[in-house]
Amino acid sequence: MARIRAFENAAEIASQGGVSAYGSSAGAGARVRGPLHLSTGQEAVPAGVCAHLRTDDYLTSTHRGHGHTLAKGADLARMMAELFGKASGSNAGKGGSMHIADFSVGMLGANGVVAAGLPIAVGAAHAQKLQGRDAITACFFGDGAINRGPFLESLNWAQVYGLPLLFVCEDNRWSATTASGPMTAGEGASARADSLGIAGEQVDGNDVLAVDEAAGRLVREVRARRQPRLLHAITYRVKGHVSVDAAAYRDPRELQQALQADPLARARSRFLAQGGDAAVLDAIDREAQEEVARALAAADAAPWPAPEAAFTDVQTTGAGLWR
Amino acid sequence: MAVMSYAQAAALALAHAMEADPRVVVLGEDIGRGGIFGQYQGLQQRFGTDRVIDTPISEATILGAGVGMALAGLRPVVEMRVVDFALCAMDEIVNQAAKNRFMFGGQGRVPLVMRMPVGIWDSSAAQHSQSLESWFAHVPGLVVVCPATPQDNYSLLRAALDCGDPVVYLEHKTLWGLQGEVDVQAREQLGSARTVRPGRHLTLVSWSRQVHACAQACEALAAQGIAAELIDLRSIWPWDRAAVLASCARTGHLLVVHEAVQAAGFGAEIAAAAAEATGCRVRRLGAPRIPVGYSPVLEAQARIQAADIAAAARGMLEQTR
Repeated sequence: MARIRAFENAAEIASQGGVSAYGSSAGAGARVRGPLHLSTGQEAVPAGVCAHLRTDDYLTSTHRGHGHTLAKGADLARMMAELFGKASGSNAGKGGSMHIADFSVGMLGANGVVAAGLPIAVGAAHAQKLQGRDAITACFFGDGAINRGPFLESLNWAQVYGLPLLFVCEDNRWSATTASGPMTAGEGASARADSLGIAGEQVDGNDVLAVDEAAGRLVREVRARRQPRLLHAITYRVKGHVSVDAAAYRDPRELQQALQADPLARARSRFLAQGGDAAVLDAIDREAQEEVARALAAADAAPWPAPEAAFTDVQTTGAGLWR
Repeated sequence: MAVMSYAQAAALALAHAMEADPRVVVLGEDIGRGGIFGQYQGLQQRFGTDRVIDTPISEATILGAGVGMALAGLRPVVEMRVVDFALCAMDEIVNQAAKNRFMFGGQGRVPLVMRMPVGIWDSSAAQHSQSLESWFAHVPGLVVVCPATPQDNYSLLRAALDCGDPVVYLEHKTLWGLQGEVDVQAREQLGSARTVRPGRHLTLVSWSRQVHACAQACEALAAQGIAAELIDLRSIWPWDRAAVLASCARTGHLLVVHEAVQAAGFGAEIAAAAAEATGCRVRRLGAPRIPVGYSPVLEAQARIQAADIAAAARGMLEQTR
C-alpha cells in the first residue's frame, strides 16, 4: 500500500507542469503526460488480493491499474519510466499509464476500455483449464463495468465452463464523473454474480485485513475447486476520474467522510493499537519514498524511444509496414 | 490432389493444423455441429469438446476470450458466424486484439484467427449480407484475408494460423459449395496475389467472390478483343502492391472491383496507390452506398455482375482512345 501511494503521489506531481483542462492531457511541461487515473484511497484492494496470487497467476486490470500492477510484483522503476514515455519503460513507451503491463509477472495489461479486461481474463483462465495448469486468473474491474455487456457475458462463460477465475469488483462508487449508484439497478456486483450461481462476497475494501482474509479464502477456493468466485470490495475514489479532474461535481462532505476511512491510516492505527512499533511503519514508508525517488531519477535520465520504434511490434507478415 | 468444396477445404486446413499443433483450439457458436455453413464439419467428433468449443451467444467474449487464450499460449480460431455479427465484438477486435502487441511494448503476441464470413447471402437483407473488409484493413495490427477458391481457403487458413498476429479471415457466404482441387502441400505467404489470367490492355483487381464475376467478365472482354489481366489479391492487408503496380505499369489501366460499398471501400486505396505510383488510369466498381435489400429486385441493386464489370472495362478503354 505504501509503495502504491508513493508511486501515485509522485506520478501525480510529475504530471503537473503546464496548462491543462479536464479531459485533456497534462500540459507541455509535464514529465508524465496523458490521462493519469489514480487509485489513491483504493490501495487495500490490490494489496489484499494480490498477496494471494503467485507470479504464474494471471491478472487483468482497468484504466486505474497502477496499484494492481505493483501489487502483482511489477518493477516499479520500469513502470515509472513507462509513465514518462521512455524507452526503458515496461511497455517501451508505447502504452503509458492507461496500458501499463508486465507480462513477466503475469500482469496482462491495464485497459483503456471499461469492462474490456473481463473477456480477456476469461480466455486466460480457459487456457489455464485446457492446459491443466494449477494457476488461476484474477480480474479487476470497477463498479461502472458491471453495467457493460462483457461483465454479464464473462460471468456466464466462467460459470458455464468452470474456470479458475477470481472476479474482483473494485467499487469506488464513481463511473468517470457520474455517481454509480443511481446508474445501477439492483444490489450490484455480488448480487449479479449470485444470480448466475457464482458465489460472491462483499467486503470493506478500505480494510486491508478484511480484503486479505476474504481474498485469501476465495483464491484458495478458486484454486482448489476450479470454479469462479467474485469479490465485491467497496472502497472510494479519493481523486477525480483523471488527475486533472478536480471532481468539483462531488459533494465535499462525501470526500471528507471517505478520507476518515483511508486504508493506510486505518492499517497504521490498527497496527499501533495492537502494540506494533511505529518505527517499522516509518521504515516501510521511507523505503517506498526512496524507491520512488530512484525511479523518478532513472526515468528522467532514460532515453526516449527511437522514432522508428513506432513501426515495430505492429505485426509481422513479411510484407513490411506502410509509411 | 483431391477435389473438395471451399467449406471442406477450411475444415481440412483446421484439422491438419490441429493435428500438427496441440495449441490450436476453435471456439464459437454452433461449431460443434459443424458450423452453420459446415465449415467445421467433423472437427468436434475428432478433437473433442475441449478443442472445438461450443460457446454461448457472446460475440464480445468469444473474441475477447480468444485474445486471452492467445496471450496464455494457445492459438485460437474464433467463429463470428457472419461479419455482421462481429460488430458485436468490435472493441475486442479493434482495441484489444489489434493493439495488444504494440500497446504493451511487444511483451505479448496475439496469434488469433477470426473467421467472419462476408458478402451478399440470398435474401438475407441488411444485417446478413455486408462486406466490411475495408473496416478491418483500416486498423493497424490486423491482417485481412479474403480467399476466393477452395485451394486458397486451405492454404491461406494454414498461413493465417502460422501468422502469429491477429488475422481477420473473411470467407464468402456463397462460396461454401464451390468445388476445386486442393493441394495440401501448397504453402502460401500472406500478402501474395495470384494472377488468375494474364492480359495486356487492362488490369482487373479483385478478391473474394467478385474474382469469379471478374473471370466471367474477362471471357466476355476477350471475345471482343480485349485482353484483361485479372489479379486475385487474396489478402487486402497486406496487399500485393508489387504485383498490382507492375501490372498497371504494363497495361496503363486499372479497374478495381469489389462487392463492398464503393464509397470508402478498399478499391479506393488500391486505385489511389496505383495512380500515385504509376500514373495509370484508375476506376473503381463497387456497390452503391445502400443497405442490402431483402427483395431480389432490391438486392440486385447492390450486386456487381460480370456484365457491369465488362461494361466498366470497355468504357474505360474507350475513354482513352
